[in-house]
Amino acid sequence: MEKLSGGDILIRSLADEGVECLFGYPGGAALHIYDAIFRQQRVKHILVRHEQAATHAADGYARSTGRTGVVLVTSGPGATNAITGIATAYMDSIPMVVISGQVASERIGEDAFQETDMVGISRPIVKHSFLVKDQRDIAETVKKAFYIASTGRPGPVVIDIPKDITNPVDKFDYAYPDKVKLRSYTPALRGHTGQIKKAVQLLLTARRPVIYAGGGVVQGNASPQLTELAKMLNFPVTNTLMGLGAYPGTDRQFLGMLGMHGMVEANTAMHHADVILAVGARFDDRVTNTPNKFCPSAKIIHIDIDPASISKTVPADVPIVGPVDTVLDEMLELVKAAKERPDRKAIDSWWKEIEEWRSRHGIILNPNYDVDSDMMKPQEVVRALFEATGGDAYVCSDVGQHQMFSAQYYQFDKPRRWINSGGLGTMGFGLPAAMGVQIAHRDAVVACVTGEGSIQMCIQELSTCTQYSLPIKIICINNQALGMVKQWQDMQYDSRYSESLYEDSLPDFVKLMEAYGHVGMRVTKRSELKAKLAECFAMKDKCVFMDIYVDPKEHVYPMQVAPNGSMRDMWLSKTERT
Amino acid sequence: MKRIISLLMENEPGALSRVIGLFSQRGYNIETLTVAPTEDSTLSRLTLTTMGDDHKIEQITKHLNRLVDVVKLVDLTEGSHIERELMMIKVRATGSQRAEVKRCVDIFRGSIIDVTASVYTIQITGPTDKLNAFFQAVGEASILEVVRSGVTGIARGEKVLSL
Ligand SMILES: Cc1ncc(C[n+]2csc(CCOP(=O)(O)OP(=O)(O)O)c2C)c(N)n1
Ligand SMILES: [Mg+2]
Repeated sequence: MEKLSGGDILIRSLADEGVECLFGYPGGAALHIYDAIFRQQRVKHILVRHEQAATHAADGYARSTGRTGVVLVTSGPGATNAITGIATAYMDSIPMVVISGQVASERIGEDAFQETDMVGISRPIVKHSFLVKDQRDIAETVKKAFYIASTGRPGPVVIDIPKDITNPVDKFDYAYPDKVKLRSYTPALRGHTGQIKKAVQLLLTARRPVIYAGGGVVQGNASPQLTELAKMLNFPVTNTLMGLGAYPGTDRQFLGMLGMHGMVEANTAMHHADVILAVGARFDDRVTNTPNKFCPSAKIIHIDIDPASISKTVPADVPIVGPVDTVLDEMLELVKAAKERPDRKAIDSWWKEIEEWRSRHGIILNPNYDVDSDMMKPQEVVRALFEATGGDAYVCSDVGQHQMFSAQYYQFDKPRRWINSGGLGTMGFGLPAAMGVQIAHRDAVVACVTGEGSIQMCIQELSTCTQYSLPIKIICINNQALGMVKQWQDMQYDSRYSESLYEDSLPDFVKLMEAYGHVGMRVTKRSELKAKLAECFAMKDKCVFMDIYVDPKEHVYPMQVAPNGSMRDMWLSKTERT
Repeated sequence: MKRIISLLMENEPGALSRVIGLFSQRGYNIETLTVAPTEDSTLSRLTLTTMGDDHKIEQITKHLNRLVDVVKLVDLTEGSHIERELMMIKVRATGSQRAEVKRCVDIFRGSIIDVTASVYTIQITGPTDKLNAFFQAVGEASILEVVRSGVTGIARGEKVLSL
């Protein structure tokens, strides 16, 4: 058997696991590992400029491909800098393996230089973690980490590895295991047949059904099944912020996003539904509004891989624990075999109601912003982006108003195209996530929709874009404010703008881009927007920053009324309510 | 309502802190906790008691089950079960008190496991309320020190928690 050092075993294990690239940043405790990287060709390393960006990039890579993202950081500050990105991945159930160097085994617990208890600090935000204590355990630990991260409800796994364990001197037998078995970890492989039958019965008798699909459908690669089922039954579909693209966004049966900034037609349909089929969604508080006013007359079927997500905030009438793809496969079989179909008349009149809500309130049909205003509106920027990219770009968003406008106005027809931090809402996510996406899809059009606030949280990554020639298109919707904060201050604090304005301190983004060797463009007039966007996307191998000035007063609507509102109680503008 | 949750987990460092973390993260209190390896030294048996309504306990047991280290779990309070706690207690025992305390120990089927001229060290086992009753019987004033193991428990009958 071949003999290798711990560092070499680690990198070889990654290669044998099928890892093609990892995102990282070196430092003392990881130097043996970095030397092992240098001496091989199979695994490519991407050097970021901050460890937070390494985690977001790995996250973007994972979200856009379905493969596990891999991160390598050093101990102490390297590990703590990675925490925000690990938490971001955890909240959105993204498969990720984070390898952190640790001080040498005999130094642990001595407050050694750059020592931090990574396993302890990351505990509440990881699916699992390992501290490697012996070179002979490395290969199996890597195998287990990838298995845990990518199966069941996916999530980040940390491997903390002390420096002595990767030393180049001591050599050990190397063989990468084919599979691992964990007696204490057995994710469900299929749903309960009896429950699935019950669910289908309920669907076939529904008169006002809604399919409510979340990020689990994207993660679980179940979009084709979901789409087929919805089509077969002619049921309306709504997606969560995380689920956008799970069902084709331009299809007639799609009602748009639901929830806090969701579409009136989606939220109203949910409110009046008699049967809700929830798939890979978790009844998040940003979706349900006041839980005890949620969908008063609905029977709820809830399919999720994670039993802990079922009946957590809203009790399910038919809970089904299992992978969404195989459960939906079984449901499709049963629906195909069934003689009965949902009452045609009932479904038709349900659609009539929905179409009425849509024709009155649908924002794609009737834009809810002033199309002739002097200043450009953020919504029209997103709409123009949608058109400029043929609706087929990877759109990586930061967090704020621009994120909600993107979710509302960019219609995603495919899964894994909308990449955003939904659960944690991490500003700074957009640009590094876009790097991960661009590295996974070298020839694809990758846009980062951001705000002048968010972009400054990871702006150092422009340098990484230079190093790896990443032609990301940064669409900065510049409202000269922490817009989402300001909106809440307008609505709840009598427009007292406590610390949400920058007082003329914004950098000249055009010059900044030039300093990094990229292209910067400024757009201030509506008349220039389309042409400049076209120019931007025509620069196929350039990283371009479009600094687009929009009306700072614009709010995101619709917006659910809180506290104590139901799904359908919404603000439609600064003055109108449903 | 008091719940007794008993589980088998990997006997590995970090496993215990993951279990405890689930409680502290949610602001739930663990009233008692006992852990020890089983006859299979790769497995530990952990028993804890906590307070909570059905919904809260269902959530916490789902989350415990989700931990990679947790192999099997049972909420003992859901079925008939036996619970025991071990207590060692030092009481002042001088003059006439000595006979009085001794009688009390006999009634509670405890035993005196260490003696000095003025102090008895007593061992008692039983369910929590029995141990509490013993405090009353000997009188709180004479108690010098108390140490309790925390509740451990097992299902009645043929039901077993094993791999
Ligand atoms: C790291 C982090 N800090 C603070 C917040 C709170 N927050 C949410 S949106 C927002 C404003 C974002 O401003 P900008 O990026 O300019 O976007 P806009 O809302 O103006 O479109 C803030 C501060 C957050 N989500 N993430
Ligand atoms: Mg802004």
